[in-house]
Amino acid sequence: MVINTILLIVLVISALWTVMTPRLPRSAMGLAITSAVLSIIMFRLSSPLAAVFELSICAGLISAIFISIISLMPRITAKDRDIRQKEHFHKYWLLPVIIAMAAIALNLLHLPANFNLPAQPVENDVRIILWNSRHLDLLGQIVILLAGAFGVAILFKERKNG
Amino acid sequence: MSQLFCVFSIGIVLVFIAGLYCLIATLNLIRAIIGLELLTKAVTLFIILAGYVTGRTALAQALAITLIVIEVVVIAVAAGVILCVFRHNKSVNGRLLRNIKG
Repeated sequence: MVINTILLIVLVISALWTVMTPRLPRSAMGLAITSAVLSIIMFRLSSPLAAVFELSICAGLISAIFISIISLMPRITAKDRDIRQKEHFHKYWLLPVIIAMAAIALNLLHLPANFNLPAQPVENDVRIILWNSRHLDLLGQIVILLAGAFGVAILFKERKNG
Repeated sequence: MSQLFCVFSIGIVLVFIAGLYCLIATLNLIRAIIGLELLTKAVTLFIILAGYVTGRTALAQALAITLIVIEVVVIAVAAGVILCVFRHNKSVNGRLLRNIKG
């Protein structure tokens, strides 16, 4: 429980840092750290397959996508950077206050600690659930992947007339 | 188990608030996607937590994997849209999207 709480605190701090840091590459790195911590938490919550997906796809692939988009943007001057940092601070100074207040308020609320849990299911193998019970989800995933690939292809299609 | 659920719920709400604030406060489209990512992470963790608490980790993992796949596709398409916006406007400021006709 102590390790879980520490991991949760690290998760919240890394999420906060992702939002608060004014530079986008650092923000992307913060997101990758958040994903990595989340995958450790998932692993501890008996979900190893989802944790592997989270680590390889969210911490790896999505961070690479973000870094490549950011690298395509032009560099800004030091003066502009200072101005942007000040603007950023003015926009986001309230967020840590809101987070701290929400944490205190939720602690004071004393969420119900006793609730009836459903019975243990018969089948608890993710492969069987995924391929037998939730096969329509897989079909949906394939359709969404194709739609995404088609969407990206359309976005970057060269026009014939220039 | 119930205590774990309560503690994790608080953390999930805090990550969700961070993502939502980022999405609302920013005009930078890249940062908006980062906020969206944080929102999705909070939801993913909540699904996994619900599965762990109720003893249905397999179902929760199946749903989380589906969510991760959808998340990647959304990010890839959004990245493409941002690049197109940048090509046209030479900026990734979301305010410039208000000039779109229609």
